[in-house]
Amino acid sequence: MARYVGSNVERPEGRAKVTGRAQYVSDLHVSGAWFGGTVRSQVARGTLRGFDFAVGFDRSSVVIVAPEDVPGENVQALIEDDQPILCARDIRHHGEPLLLVAAPDLRTLERALTSIVPRIDPLDPLFDMEHSREVFESVAIDKGEVDAAFEHAQGNGHVVLEGTYHTDSQEQLYIEPQGCIAWPPQSDGTIVVKGSLQCPHYVRKALARCFGGTPERMRVVQMETGGGFGGKEEYPSVVACHAALLAMKCKHPVRLIYDRHEDLAVTPKRHPSRVHHRTIVDRDGKLIALDIDVLFDGGAYTTLSPVVLSRGCIHAAGPYRCDNVRIRGRVVATNHVPYGAFRGFGAPQTCFAIERTMDRIARALSIHPFELRRRNMLRAGDTTATGQRLVHSVGSVEVMDAIARESGIDRHPWCVPRDGGNARKSRGLGLSFFFHGAGFTGSGEAMLKGRVRVELLPDGRVEVLAGSTEIGQGTNAMFLAIAAETLGCETSDVVIATPDTARVPDSGPTVASRTCMVVGGCLKDACCELAARVGGEALYSWRERALEFLQGGGDGRVVVTYESPSGLVWDDETYTGDAYPVYGWAADVAEVEVDSDTLEVEVKRFWTAVDVGKAIQPQLVAGQIEGGSLQAVGWSHLEVISTREGRFEQDRMATCIIPTTLDTPRFDVTLVEVPYPHGPFGAKGVGELPMDGGAPAVASAIEDAILVHVDRVPATPERLMRALDERSAASSGTKTGVRA
Amino acid sequence: MKVVRARTIADALSALRDAGPDARILAGGTDLMVEMESGRTRPDLVVDVWKLDALRGIRATVRGLEIGALTSCSDLLRSGEARTHADILVEAARQVGAVQIQNRATLGGNLGTASPAADLNPVLFALGARVVLASARGERDMPVEEFVRGYRDTARAHDEMITRIDIPRRHPDERRAFRKVGTRRAQSIAKVVVALSLRFDGENVSTVRAAAGSVADRTLLLNTLGTLRGRPLPRGSDLTRACTHAVATDTSPRDDVRSTAEYRRFVLARLLERMLRDLAPTETASMS
Amino acid sequence: MKPIFSAADPVDIAFEVNGDRRTLRVPPLARLLDVLREDLALTGTKEGCGEGECGACSVLIDGEAQLACLVPVCQVAGCSVFTVEAPGLESIQDAFLSEGGAQCGICTPGMIVMTRAWLDACARDGTEVTLEGAREALAGNLCRCTGYARILTAVLRAAETERA
Repeated sequence: MARYVGSNVERPEGRAKVTGRAQYVSDLHVSGAWFGGTVRSQVARGTLRGFDFAVGFDRSSVVIVAPEDVPGENVQALIEDDQPILCARDIRHHGEPLLLVAAPDLRTLERALTSIVPRIDPLDPLFDMEHSREVFESVAIDKGEVDAAFEHAQGNGHVVLEGTYHTDSQEQLYIEPQGCIAWPPQSDGTIVVKGSLQCPHYVRKALARCFGGTPERMRVVQMETGGGFGGKEEYPSVVACHAALLAMKCKHPVRLIYDRHEDLAVTPKRHPSRVHHRTIVDRDGKLIALDIDVLFDGGAYTTLSPVVLSRGCIHAAGPYRCDNVRIRGRVVATNHVPYGAFRGFGAPQTCFAIERTMDRIARALSIHPFELRRRNMLRAGDTTATGQRLVHSVGSVEVMDAIARESGIDRHPWCVPRDGGNARKSRGLGLSFFFHGAGFTGSGEAMLKGRVRVELLPDGRVEVLAGSTEIGQGTNAMFLAIAAETLGCETSDVVIATPDTARVPDSGPTVASRTCMVVGGCLKDACCELAARVGGEALYSWRERALEFLQGGGDGRVVVTYESPSGLVWDDETYTGDAYPVYGWAADVAEVEVDSDTLEVEVKRFWTAVDVGKAIQPQLVAGQIEGGSLQAVGWSHLEVISTREGRFEQDRMATCIIPTTLDTPRFDVTLVEVPYPHGPFGAKGVGELPMDGGAPAVASAIEDAILVHVDRVPATPERLMRALDERSAASSGTKTGVRA
Repeated sequence: MKVVRARTIADALSALRDAGPDARILAGGTDLMVEMESGRTRPDLVVDVWKLDALRGIRATVRGLEIGALTSCSDLLRSGEARTHADILVEAARQVGAVQIQNRATLGGNLGTASPAADLNPVLFALGARVVLASARGERDMPVEEFVRGYRDTARAHDEMITRIDIPRRHPDERRAFRKVGTRRAQSIAKVVVALSLRFDGENVSTVRAAAGSVADRTLLLNTLGTLRGRPLPRGSDLTRACTHAVATDTSPRDDVRSTAEYRRFVLARLLERMLRDLAPTETASMS
Repeated sequence: MKPIFSAADPVDIAFEVNGDRRTLRVPPLARLLDVLREDLALTGTKEGCGEGECGACSVLIDGEAQLACLVPVCQVAGCSVFTVEAPGLESIQDAFLSEGGAQCGICTPGMIVMTRAWLDACARDGTEVTLEGAREALAGNLCRCTGYARILTAVLRAAETERA
């Protein structure tokens, strides 16, 4: 019987967190450390001509790093090599790093940063993604005969609908800003960086390119990390390279810790999107064809945009059956600060568009949104837009049953004008249904070959070593539960190693809803092997058996490399096949109240039913789902990110708004467990899934409350006011609602 | 930069007298500490008045309420006198920031900073408050709407300090309302803030004082609503028109990072109409 | 007599931190946050924004909740400062652990200090401990991980434990 899997173990790092003893990077006291800072472009596009130094500024009081000081390549190693570590000439975005400065104290640093003024010839920037001709990546997904379907739509008596949906950017707003501390190279060339980060091995790779050394010479240590949500996937490589360059040149350790303003101004955020849908349905609401055009603003450099676009496009048709699908996606260059990874990774944008499309169909055909989704949803045996036949762990029916049972959405008359025109508040309910692929796309995991090591310590305890990071989501506790369960030991017999690239194997980045399913799976296999080796009778404690095994000269070190389940086929050229080994499934219902005077939206309740395969740690997974759902709820109506001349306008915590306790609905989380045979104990990925459905659910609820079609998030009161104006201007077109 | 840690009001006033115009008074620090930390402000002199307990407290007199300049939002929330005589000031204080800020943010600071988005100031305007200024030269007082002269600009001379705010005694018939529309439900800066004080003489409106924040470069009185005086509150769309007209005439909102001018006008007019209707002796007409 | 100091020159400031009397030589306008973290090595108090918006640096000064990033250290002279490292928080800390109220942990110290302030205020004023009350009390503390639900549960659990 399971002791730890399915019950709740205490976070191993939890006690340190609640007592304030946990060491985040800025808590680290490093004697003799200097302070690092960055001289940045104040224009969005231009040619750098040089620098002016303020009169009286003593250049010898600081150490300055320029592009020519980069010993290796002046390239931020990621997907493409287009982004320099320091821009030498062609400035592509506001805030682009031009020089680095280190000083022995903060006051000297601040004086230096205001005394060095870049001389830039400005050029015309491009901000409108619709007008960009520079395409970072395009994606095409084709299934069936879309053109033929449109040709015959009228003759077949089908209905054709069209809609354009926009989503704005979103800030991750981890509460701990970015930061790294770097040490000068050791005599053997080893460079040590400690920081707030999600992916130590990414940072290691970036440092190796920057310094022209081998990755093994680069030692990256993750400190306790105050949230990431994707925001600490790629950007810590920038901070780490900068800090390490400064440390190399000034020959002191260097603290490069961003304040909130700098963090908000220059770090990557969610890609803004425009998604156009052309849809054919028959009179019963059955999807006949989906023609989807996806456009993402990538900002000034490629960063992770191609992968974000890929995931966005693969999820663009939603969890629905449709024989004819065409998806065209592009992510293009603009002179915005580069956009990057944020929980959901392109899927929240396309999910918003397909879910709003489903509601549009529901209203046009007077079919209840719940019923419409039931009719079209993918079930086991169906194929997705990429032609993937769904075999394992398809929880669509289960989550839809659960959400109906819990919220009563299936009995709620949707978008039916209600009495009480004088009411101060209008109430509404809205539904979304969605899925999210777990792990890397296609052959990603097979190529990555993530590794996990377990090792018997001399005292008989077992150490778990992986590059996967604890960033709040519960990696440590999840590892602890899987290891102790599999080994048949106590949780106190298991130690989780700090992610330090000098010690831990590369288990792959902590992204893509993969840590539990992929890395946890490897850990389970490793523990199985170790338990088999140690053997012995369960009569004796794990420690007794382990010590006996060690004394007998046993090899207590097991390394497991991930192997994809057999039979998965993916073609990167045609975008066909098994995009992901398995999907998480979920349905959300939001209840809102819209203030009739101010059009402020309050999300009162939020139901979510989520198929996680198996909840290794039910409390952690529910906490993840609540947190992700609130990020989605925030994005849906109050988290505004806008730019002016390529600058983020919300560059302070006072203006960059996220929900407080009072903006938070009451959550009702229902965990559904449809086990995935290739995941540890049946578990599959869940990290990103809760980000996908909140925005369309809230949008649908607003539509139910005030009868305007919300086609853009965030649905701020300012936008709702405009939408109401437009509706009354075209009041003849008001459609009737749907009774259950 | 020099610092004076004032032990007495006289300390503070003599320091201000000796200083130039670049002196800043430091109370709860919710504005000044942020400005100094970011380098936006580098005053020559900072006069820390936080320990001047003589400037704290709320006192009911025959004329009304006397509120010390260092009285915090939390002090207002705890005060029975304030709840009785200045209910909407307490309501406004409840919506400033959250608990930690309420413990630091002072009434004098709110007024003295004269931010157009200040939550408490529209209430002071609507209630006809007067501000008391002290200097080494003596003391003077004036209506708050004269004190606030422009964007973060006041009538305070550089050697003066706000010591007290006086709120006239509440008339038994007076009806009041307050509403803040922020970027979220707590810890937010106002998109629009509005306070209203209203009296009826039988059917007829006898006095109306409405004030709004975040709809111009300063907190302001909506004087055009004065046309409602001396007659019954208009019904239906007439009231809508009166409110829309007052907002169009009196305010000059702008687009900024928090909201749009269009929305601010829209919401202010709707809220005024709602409040007037709610405060009318009997519900006259339904909102269209 | 009015004492005038240069803002840059350290002065002696005496106050109590978590029950210990301390006298420090620090610039009078130094932020209490920096003094706690750098001069006293009490790094449990976190900086999330530096402008009084996130609540991560919440501390108690003479029992009242304040933001250490907004308080110049000269204003705590003679006061008693209480941080997450103080004794007397065990039941709250245990509740945050058992209820899953801490995820990444960076907002946690501020949340715990605010919980202490609120539970003390409820006890002092005889106010009933309710979910709504907890929501109000923690409205100045931003968390991006949890969706707050489990934090609020932890607060109510701590109140229950302390009542028992």
